[in-house]
Amino acid sequence: MKAIHTMLVLALVAALCTLTACSHAMRMIHGTGARRPAASEFGLGPRASAAGWYVATLEPAAPLRPRKMLTMRLVVRDAAGRAIDEAAIAIDGGMPEHGHGLPTRPRVARSLGDGLYEIEGVRFNMGGWWEFRLAITGARGVDTVTFNLAV
Amino acid sequence: MAHRTSAAIALLAATLGAAHATPDASTRAGWTRAQLAQLRAMAITELDPLPPDPTNRVADDPRAAELGRRLFFDTRLSANGRVACSTCHQPERAFQDGIALAVGVGTTARRTMPLAGMARAPFLFWDGRKDSLWAQALGPLESPVEHGGTRPQYARVIADHYRDDYEALFGPLPDLTLWDAITYVFVNIGKVIAAYERQIEFGASRFDRYVAALTTGAPGEGVLTDAEAAGLRLFIGRANCSQCHDGPLLTNHEFHNTGVRPRPELPLDHGRLTGASAAVSDEFNCRSRWSDARDRCAELDFLVTGAHTLDRAYKVPSLRNVAERAPYMHAGQLATLSDVLDHYNRAPAAVAGHSELRPLRLRPVELRQLEAFLRTLSGPVLVGGRTPPGPTQ
Repeated sequence: MKAIHTMLVLALVAALCTLTACSHAMRMIHGTGARRPAASEFGLGPRASAAGWYVATLEPAAPLRPRKMLTMRLVVRDAAGRAIDEAAIAIDGGMPEHGHGLPTRPRVARSLGDGLYEIEGVRFNMGGWWEFRLAITGARGVDTVTFNLAV
Repeated sequence: MAHRTSAAIALLAATLGAAHATPDASTRAGWTRAQLAQLRAMAITELDPLPPDPTNRVADDPRAAELGRRLFFDTRLSANGRVACSTCHQPERAFQDGIALAVGVGTTARRTMPLAGMARAPFLFWDGRKDSLWAQALGPLESPVEHGGTRPQYARVIADHYRDDYEALFGPLPDLTLWDAITYVFVNIGKVIAAYERQIEFGASRFDRYVAALTTGAPGEGVLTDAEAAGLRLFIGRANCSQCHDGPLLTNHEFHNTGVRPRPELPLDHGRLTGASAAVSDEFNCRSRWSDARDRCAELDFLVTGAHTLDRAYKVPSLRNVAERAPYMHAGQLATLSDVLDHYNRAPAAVAGHSELRPLRLRPVELRQLEAFLRTLSGPVLVGGRTPPGPTQ
């Protein structure tokens, strides 16, 4: 009975930790514990979104190099390959192994038509595994796609 | 039995001999191919050409650099006639002053930053509150504890002592009874000083000669001692230094909270959190009417402001010449390199915001190896490719 009680308390503490700043502190002490995905999960796409509504491909203007401000083109299509225009696209990302986000706030500067978007203001401030996440809101709704990039 | 043993010894000797005769290029001096690529990316020879500064149309004009050099050493640009840029940025000390808190007309709250390679930084000052070298140069001139003077006073110095050189660059001096005209001349003082400072760069260090030796196929032996090479291995490995101190300048030009304690006698400040916002509203930033390229401000356009991670984050300095510029950190809080390494090894919690460090748990011998490696990063500081000539030549 006492063991069950202890376990319940521990579970509660763990849950609170996950929900609060404590998780941040734990990460600092023990590392983030993030596991790098398999090599096949890396690359510029085409990559399907989480629910499979969109397929996105990144086309950087220059090879991905650390510490440089980069411009990228993004191609968004639906699962059948039709261009998705006039989508709202939010950009996020970071280094899961280090627990920090992108050093800049990149955004879609313009929509070029035929499913093409121009993203400006991307910078990876160190080499390594970066997640580059897009939340794409099209006529069908919002879906997310996560690229794993090796910089 | 004896026969079999001697055959085994002969085989072993042949294997070792073969390994010695054909060294594997991918593990030169014990470095893997990936490590060699990382070391090459840290060499000073990998530095890109100096990027242009379109916000400063005289940035690369040699006449501006010469006028800027003279102003850099001119103590008339101060409230008491005794403070010049070179008072704290001393050429004979690699353009810093070797003291914890800079002293101008009064005492500041910051450690003087060295100047080499600064033209390559997107944001200037420990908190990055300026977005160009010329905007940075204007800050200390008006700070009451640094130069302590005023715009009208500085414009007068130009009119009285530098009129011809100024007018050759910017045209006739305007009517100095008008505030905008005074500010225009003041801004141009910053722009010519920046033209001079853009020429201040790092030369090659012993570390660079080691990488050059590895690149050409030489083993690099004798360039670094075993302890220094072991320190380098920690630097790019378990000590995590190269996560931020990477590339030819050994900095990512970012701002991080590393839990450095504030000086007890100074008010608590919030570093990049206030610095980023200050850069956006700065009177002399890239978007201001004093900029020569108001539509090319990508650094401001995509700047992160207001984020919790910016609280007490400070600029990641270049580690080149680090052994020559104690004391360390944004307010000179740590006296020696070994104090700095001890700080990173312990990773104390931050007083505000969150430190990004975690304890390294390195042994004393490893800390000594790291320090030995850091000392190999010393090299000359060059102005226009030469050793600085000083104020009078």
